[in-house]
Amino acid sequence: MDFGLTAEHEMAQKMVRDFAQKEVAPSIREWDQKQEMAPEILPRMAELGILGICLPVRYGGQGMDFISLGLACEELEAVDSTLRVIMSVHVGLSALTLLQWGTDAQKEQFLIPLAKGEKIGCGAFTEPGMGSDVANIQTTAKKDGSDYVLNGEKMWISLASKADYALLTARTDFEPERPSDALSSFVIDLKSKGVTTGDIKGKLGVRAGSTGWISLQDVRVPSDSLVGEEGEGFKITMSGFDSGRYTVAAGATGLIRACLEASVAYANERKAFGRSIADHQLVQAKIAQMAQDYEIGKLLYFKAGWQKNAGERNTFETSMAKQFATNASFNAASEAIAVHGGYGYSDEYPVERYLRNSRGAMIYEGTNEIHSLIQAGYALGTRKDRPLRLEMPGYDANFWQSEQS
Amino acid sequence: MNIIVCVKQTPDTAATLAVVDGKASWGNAPLVLNPWDEYAVEQALVTKEAEGGQVTALCLGPETAEEALKQALAMGCDEAVLIQDPAFESADSLVASRVLAAAIKKLESVDLAFFGKAAVDTDLGVTGPQVARRLGWPSLNLVAAISELDATAKTITVERLLEEGRQVVSGPLPAVVSVVKEINEPRYPSFMGIRKASKAEIPRWSAADIGLDGEIHPALTWPEILVPEKGGDEVEFIEGGDPAEIAGKLADRLIEEKVI
Repeated sequence: MDFGLTAEHEMAQKMVRDFAQKEVAPSIREWDQKQEMAPEILPRMAELGILGICLPVRYGGQGMDFISLGLACEELEAVDSTLRVIMSVHVGLSALTLLQWGTDAQKEQFLIPLAKGEKIGCGAFTEPGMGSDVANIQTTAKKDGSDYVLNGEKMWISLASKADYALLTARTDFEPERPSDALSSFVIDLKSKGVTTGDIKGKLGVRAGSTGWISLQDVRVPSDSLVGEEGEGFKITMSGFDSGRYTVAAGATGLIRACLEASVAYANERKAFGRSIADHQLVQAKIAQMAQDYEIGKLLYFKAGWQKNAGERNTFETSMAKQFATNASFNAASEAIAVHGGYGYSDEYPVERYLRNSRGAMIYEGTNEIHSLIQAGYALGTRKDRPLRLEMPGYDANFWQSEQS
Repeated sequence: MNIIVCVKQTPDTAATLAVVDGKASWGNAPLVLNPWDEYAVEQALVTKEAEGGQVTALCLGPETAEEALKQALAMGCDEAVLIQDPAFESADSLVASRVLAAAIKKLESVDLAFFGKAAVDTDLGVTGPQVARRLGWPSLNLVAAISELDATAKTITVERLLEEGRQVVSGPLPAVVSVVKEINEPRYPSFMGIRKASKAEIPRWSAADIGLDGEIHPALTWPEILVPEKGGDEVEFIEGGDPAEIAGKLADRLIEEKVI
């Protein structure tokens, strides 16, 4: 067993850290206050290859592995959750879903520009009337000649107003044998006629990011927009979540680290009762908990990343990593505020932003309550991984890094 | 152009120096490519991109210094060499400059050798000029801009950043150029560069490989290192009715303390 990172991992980690710390950290508070995404973020992440980090070179990516993706997410969310959200939806929900399920033509048309960062992707599953109840999706895709015509509303979609493409789940079967057979996945161009998008303001957190809605009114898309087969939408959406949740887990681990680092710095600086507050045991207890949670968060996402590299199904482990790290990041942020006292309650220090940002990840990519059910299902033996028609390929450096297709 | 960039591995700038058993120690601080050298690597790469040729990164240091060279390779350097020999373990700048000058001679037909203005650990800033002196090349240090570089005529014109302003200096090639941070913005390594660097087999050169197998002793030694005692700082507030009164009282106190 080897817990060490390779030189490649360490250099990738440092590169993403330098980008986030130098280019985003200095101005993130202002963008968070403005409730806007800094315009240079997406182009810069594209230019640096971060948006295609773990995708094969032959599809326009950078050829790194799944651990590198996790490390990048950790570094990004250590500065602000909105940076990691980009990775979750662009890399996790859209690009990796196309890598797993897309046809060669779809990879050529959609995956390559996504991996190169020339186009931005998002995942459109949640609707105003449903979130966790995926099989109850109301957006419809009706066959009309050789096209599909889509109608419906998608809500709480990260990057809705910034993305060019969406991986979207819609209902294609109106009298299915099983509810999950009703759904199909599509990759659609958000510039298509009948698509409108907008941002949602007034969110508790991830204010420097873009979260919005997508409205589809008689949107006509060609039949080759269908990803996988008709009726495979539920499975495709769930396998997309295996990728997305991994990025959330790694990112939340970075958020725990940010809380820990801010708390250590402040505890050493602030004095109370004649000594540094770091000398007080109850402050130490908080810091010890954050240090422990950071370590557990890392171990869980490293394990899931290692399974992904090996091409093993990791729904159970990824679920645990996501649920643990997001809950722990919320607790860490709350305790970091306690360490900072009154200052922690003001935006003079970053910890209040950490608390606001941490809460969303306990809701999206499967609420943490749903994650308890998933894990209970595995533990009780009522839920089992069945083989998929197309599995996510494991990381093969030769395949990932060679130019040839 | 055949371009060399000399780099050093140093502790991270956030590291603090402590004295452990009479020796200076950076503790477990992460080791990085000397931040000043990042500007030198960037300038070497920019020069290569404009003029063609290749960039070789040279480093004198222990086995761990390979990581600094990998960083330079990941940024885009074509080759890297780690110069490593037990004889160089306690190298001061005179030894380092002798070693680097010998390595540059071994590489032959070098046009330019870039250095960062100093290493963040020792902060001496003399290795570049010393290498220039040993090679008999012009030493252009504290360079904030290369305003002209003529590969055919073999000339270079630079702007040196001085306290009083900028000084324009021209000289022939080959030359040693040490750069300040105003010269450029170092790039991040690309993922492709990272992948290439992580697989790179970096050659090691020993003292014998660069023709330095005689006795090599540093001129500078550190027989004893002491931590200065912390002074008992006190804060005194000077108060008064108006600024003039406060200034008067402050001046009296400073005279009393023989500060002015």
